[in-house]
Amino acid sequence: MTERVASDGASPPRRARAARWRAAGLTLPLLAFVGITFIAPLGAMLTRSVYDPTVADALPRTMALLAEWDGEGLPEDGAFAAAAQELVSARAARSVGQLASRVNRIEGGTRSVITRSARRLATRDAPARDTAGWRAALIEADPAWAEPFIWRAIRRAGERVTPQHYLQALDLDRDVGGAVVARPEEQRIYLKLFARTLAVSLGVTLLCLALGYPLAYLIAQAPAHRARWLLLLVLVPFWTSLLVRTTSWIVLLQSQGVLNEALVQLGVIADNKRLAMIYNMTGSFVAMTHVLLPFMVLPLYSVMRGVPPSHMRAATSLGATFPQAFRRVYWPQTLPGVGAGSLLVFILAVGYYITPALVGGRTGQLISNFIAYHMQQSLNWGLAAALGGILLVGVGALYFVYDRLVGIERMRLG
Amino acid sequence: MSEPAATHVRFQGVCKSYDGTTQIVQNLDLAVLEGEFLTLLGPSGSGKTTCLMLLAGFEQPGGGHIEISGRAVDDLPPRERNIGIVFQNYALFPNMTVGGNLAFPLEVRGLASDEAAERVRRALQLVRLEGFEDRRPAELSGGQQQRVAIARALVFEPRLVLMDEPLGALDRRLREEMQYEIRRIQRELAVTVVYVTHDQTEAMAMSDRVAVFNRGRIEQIAPPEALYEEPEREFVAGFIGENNLLRGRVSAITGDLCTVDFRGLAVQAFAVAGRSVGEEVILAIRPERVALTPKPGEYTNEFDAKVEDLVFLGDHLRVRLNLGGYESFVAKIPNIVGHGAVLKGDSVRIGWTPTDCRALPADDADAGMAA
Repeated sequence: MTERVASDGASPPRRARAARWRAAGLTLPLLAFVGITFIAPLGAMLTRSVYDPTVADALPRTMALLAEWDGEGLPEDGAFAAAAQELVSARAARSVGQLASRVNRIEGGTRSVITRSARRLATRDAPARDTAGWRAALIEADPAWAEPFIWRAIRRAGERVTPQHYLQALDLDRDVGGAVVARPEEQRIYLKLFARTLAVSLGVTLLCLALGYPLAYLIAQAPAHRARWLLLLVLVPFWTSLLVRTTSWIVLLQSQGVLNEALVQLGVIADNKRLAMIYNMTGSFVAMTHVLLPFMVLPLYSVMRGVPPSHMRAATSLGATFPQAFRRVYWPQTLPGVGAGSLLVFILAVGYYITPALVGGRTGQLISNFIAYHMQQSLNWGLAAALGGILLVGVGALYFVYDRLVGIERMRLG
Repeated sequence: MSEPAATHVRFQGVCKSYDGTTQIVQNLDLAVLEGEFLTLLGPSGSGKTTCLMLLAGFEQPGGGHIEISGRAVDDLPPRERNIGIVFQNYALFPNMTVGGNLAFPLEVRGLASDEAAERVRRALQLVRLEGFEDRRPAELSGGQQQRVAIARALVFEPRLVLMDEPLGALDRRLREEMQYEIRRIQRELAVTVVYVTHDQTEAMAMSDRVAVFNRGRIEQIAPPEALYEEPEREFVAGFIGENNLLRGRVSAITGDLCTVDFRGLAVQAFAVAGRSVGEEVILAIRPERVALTPKPGEYTNEFDAKVEDLVFLGDHLRVRLNLGGYESFVAKIPNIVGHGAVLKGDSVRIGWTPTDCRALPADDADAGMAA
């Protein structure tokens, strides 16, 4: 038998290696899937948060000339000529709108200056001009070109790699000299939003833990047939549309909803003092807790099932009361489940979008809703990407801290 | 035991059923003496572990009473019974160190920490694990975990200790070592131990008395020697060691002996049962008490048999014989100088004394065990 193997041609180690490669080949579709649907978009997003070539591509010569400008006074005439000519070509290439929006995000009010100038320069059948002539024509098209601020805005918008989006996502800006400064009070929104998102996520996590721990304990202690049914009840929400679950909360909690009606009927509250429980923070809170509860219960249940019942028996036989046995013996052994469930719920809550969008109203909006806003409404993808990037880093940091404190290998998800 | 010891634990007519129809424990009476090592021995599902759980208070009896030191404990929760328990898989708390595990029962009793530390040290010394306080249970070998579990069950100085198959997870050599250790500790502290096992060797080696369980009842309770030499029930005869179990009918009675008709052979037997002519009995004969080719007239019971099969096992020869058409009669012949060689197919003469052959009651419920 061994002789046959040896005379088969390829030596055994080489064949084993080939077999390993073939086996690894089977995972190629998975790797491709992960690469295309996960790593590539993530990479694209992170790239977009710091890289924006719109202006640099449309105004290459202008940017080169502005690089030598000291930022004081006006740039030299050559820059005027280059800007005017490149604005005309950008208009022809239909990219002037994008360019104008990009500059406008640096300096409000510049959008119309740029689009109007481009239109006027292009439509006026201009004779061959020298450099000084272009300068006059540009200022004639819009007097704003005689001000340094628009040039500074263009120069900053022309940076291919820019920290601008991250600065904005952190309510920071750069002043004329390029130093990082806080934005004026009335423009600061994102830090407050991050804080609110973290607070809501933390609150939802604690609420899920408070509700989920006793439930998981109940299921883990129940005899097998009853545990099956209880677990099914926990899982049923997974098979119901998220939209249905969220909107049912509207039915229950709105001012003409079931709960308010019942309270009014019972005389607990006056008809004109119905509780505002939806389209605000309370709504986001309640609905998110409901939606995320299974993610807490399942890891907890799985860990609790692994705690031998003899441990609690041993503790009571050693003289401990139930609270003593629970606190000293049971709870510490379920910590990996508490960690896993909390981490899972917190991470999901931090990025939660649909529920706050539906029931959060104005005060219950979270960071994800603003990411969506910048994706779909303001089309400021760079800022959306930066907000997403900060969220990603935050979650990564949390994971790291958890790993350091508890050890990720001790986490059990189900 | 010069003077009779007091009763430590008493079961009186205790019943237990989980589903209302199957009786796990049936009308059980049992008395455990002070300082005694009593083993509950039986096959799995015979109710021995349930008895232990009832005694510990984790299960409530469906009927009857349990007394500990003369006091009914039916309403006493487990934590107030002050019983040390060694669980099957040790149930050491993985989140605490060895020292933490041992200190736990002392802490919940509110003992000062320096006194607790001293008691923990002494308990570890008792099980020969000095200096293991700071280890985690997961870092210990099975035998060491076992010792810690025993130390934890003893550290709060209970007078009664229950052990539920504590050696089941250990390999054979370690098991024998631990049997000795447990026995030593029990004698040293003079605690009462109720020990559950399905391993008869273990039961024999450790116990003062053994209670043999079968189907929720105690078949017989006796010291190990008596259990082996004087089984009173067919189940015990079949469960402890090896026995030839032959079903026959009593044809005559003379004093303590009776004559039993087995397939036309008249066998003299010690009458445990078989007090009336015509009664069906089970004859139990140990294979090592059967002599091969005895001197004529040496034994009252002497019969012709045919060798069906034989196996050489070093110190003894295991011979399967055909006795009156019954083909599974076993005899163990010691390998001593001078015994005649036997071959398969030989016709031989076998014999045994009537006192080595016990006529036991034929329990029809146990018909499956009968030969």
